[in-house]
Amino acid sequence: MIAIEVGWGTTLAIKTAVVLGIVPLTALILGYVFLLKMMSHMQSRLGPMDPGGFHGWYQLIGDGIKFLQKEDIMPGEADRRVFALAPAIVVLSTFLVFVVIPAGPRIRVASLDSVKMFDGVGVFYALAVSSLSVIGVLMAGWASSNKYALLGALRAAAQLIAYELPLVLAVVGVVIQAGTMSLQGIVHFQQTGSLFGWSGIGFPLILTQFVGFALFMVASQAELTQPPFDMPVAESELVAGYMVEYTGFRFLFFFIGEFGTAFAFAALAATLFLGGWSVPWVHCTAADFLGPAVLFAKVMFVAFLMFWARFTYPRFREDQLQAIAWKWLIPIALANILLTGVLKVAF
Amino acid sequence: MTTTDLPSPGDLPEIAVDPAAFRHLADAQVAVELDTGDMVLNIGPQHPATHGTLRLVVRLDGERVVSADPVIGYMHRGYEKLTEFRTYPQITTLINRIDWLSSFANEVPFIAAAEHLMGIEAPPRAQYLRTILTELSRIATFVLFLGEMGLQVGAITPAFYGFRDREYVLNLIEAVTGGRFHPNFNRIGGIKDDLPWGWISECKSVMQKVLASCDEFDDLVVGNPIFQKRTRSIGIIPQELGAAYGVSGSNLRASGVDWDLRRDGPDYLVYNDLDWKVWTHPDGDSFSRYWVRLQETRESARMVLQMLEQLPSGPLMAKVPRIIKVPEGEVFVNTENPLGEMGYYVISKGATGPFRTKIRSASFSNVSLLPWLLRGVYVPDIVTILASLYFILGDIDR
Repeated sequence: MIAIEVGWGTTLAIKTAVVLGIVPLTALILGYVFLLKMMSHMQSRLGPMDPGGFHGWYQLIGDGIKFLQKEDIMPGEADRRVFALAPAIVVLSTFLVFVVIPAGPRIRVASLDSVKMFDGVGVFYALAVSSLSVIGVLMAGWASSNKYALLGALRAAAQLIAYELPLVLAVVGVVIQAGTMSLQGIVHFQQTGSLFGWSGIGFPLILTQFVGFALFMVASQAELTQPPFDMPVAESELVAGYMVEYTGFRFLFFFIGEFGTAFAFAALAATLFLGGWSVPWVHCTAADFLGPAVLFAKVMFVAFLMFWARFTYPRFREDQLQAIAWKWLIPIALANILLTGVLKVAF
Repeated sequence: MTTTDLPSPGDLPEIAVDPAAFRHLADAQVAVELDTGDMVLNIGPQHPATHGTLRLVVRLDGERVVSADPVIGYMHRGYEKLTEFRTYPQITTLINRIDWLSSFANEVPFIAAAEHLMGIEAPPRAQYLRTILTELSRIATFVLFLGEMGLQVGAITPAFYGFRDREYVLNLIEAVTGGRFHPNFNRIGGIKDDLPWGWISECKSVMQKVLASCDEFDDLVVGNPIFQKRTRSIGIIPQELGAAYGVSGSNLRASGVDWDLRRDGPDYLVYNDLDWKVWTHPDGDSFSRYWVRLQETRESARMVLQMLEQLPSGPLMAKVPRIIKVPEGEVFVNTENPLGEMGYYVISKGATGPFRTKIRSASFSNVSLLPWLLRGVYVPDIVTILASLYFILGDIDR
């Protein structure tokens, strides 16, 4: 047991630094591993594999420098304050999700478990703040005073609202089974649970909630506006949708927001369905050290699935997207909840 | 011209289109935007979906298109006029640049027109090489389409596969002609050079790669349920309408018209010596246009393999005077180019250059259909339809 006595001020400073650092860092990791390397391999791209010698390691740094050099252009007709604020709100929603994701038995920024009514509200909070980004997207689209940006923003709003429901409903099964809404509690449930009396690998909830996992992946793909649900940014029709007027550093904010949110959703999926930081038989101090690495490995696996779909599929049309959400995902999610509830009572 | 005069999206099946219904231009539309609440969206001339500099003035009701106006001419280079001030051998340099994706195929009908007027026929080996290079440029054009269409529908990966395969084929063309985009390799009476050493085996292996990657496109794009959802019954061209607008080539064959100038046109090049098939599809929608081009890419690759097997030996040039003067006369030669029917009407007055040249290119007809095709579709379908028609703006603004 490590005992480090620190005051609340120091703790707060450390926590803030970790959260502030983790969003750009995770965004860069995903951008590097998947956008530059995996995509290059899948698409026979030569460019991103070249700079810097070994495997094109310099490419991401070069891209970053490029973004910082770009002129900061604001359209003449733009609503200046809203235009400037929008990227910050998108990134903010990502920051807020990271607050509750546990990386070990005692490694978390805030658990929100002190809300006694539901035995913690971590899941509820994470899903709520993750949808804040739609406000930033709408602001960006409206303030740009550009028709493409407006179309993109309205598509984004319709899409994020439609897919919020399946996302939440997909998680309800997990919550019913674990009996708690605390993310830490769900992880503990998965670590200490057993399969028909055998506790060899704990009880990762994907074994019973595979339907929920699939729904969560589809809906989070839509929440992230990634292909096949990338109509808001649809570069072949709306050029870049709500981001079309953004340049340089502001655009970089959207980029960080996009990949940071991808990481956050992957972390949520890993926590809810794959057991998060938990490793069977490893407890306490050892888990504190091993937990983050295990969580990271699981997150990368989930992110791999996300980006695999992203680089493979074409894009749905807006009306088809809505039809999928309302006609298929939501009924399936409701049936899943019903079944989970019945089985929970039966066993 | 008020909004009520516009045909509603509901009555699509009527075919006769009054062009006057779409003659409202951009500057008059600011007022329209104010009093109807429809949004006027200006797509292009700089837009990733317009293959160059096409401008589409689209009136939107939400995401639904009320009317669409194509505006062309941003790249007009005056080639028809320029031909009057060039000699015949110089003109191939110009017409290379009309449809820049398949430049070699552009040279063929013009050279054939000049040869026809002079009464010269190129020797068999030259004819074979011309056919091989034409089919190679067809493959280079179509694999780009196969990838590009995927990109426009939203999948980025096929686009890179398309460019990769195009690279293989362009390397082949470069090895023979020295030029990747603009070979300028045809001569009146034959062809400039023979194949380089080792080219035939290289070409065979590339054709195998192309056939393999066609199977890949079949799996990745055609077999994809999302792609089918996006393209099936989108942008249907009825046979009669397509024929009435002068649509040709793969676009017309995708509407079920079994008509290919390589088979049905005047006897040109060596297509009659080959065993090949004209592919058609009954539907006439965007999907069938993709499917037909995929099959034609395969067919072209097989044709090239056949021609490499039965390539005759012999001279590359017929006997041609040193200074080419084409005798007085008029001729129209049309051929099946990758984008459709390409024709040159050449009038000669016996000088070293033509008196007048009229160029008939395929893309213009495709774009003329747009106001009809785009009525009542959604914004994403605009891009699907534009991509599936596959036009090159250089081919329109000559």
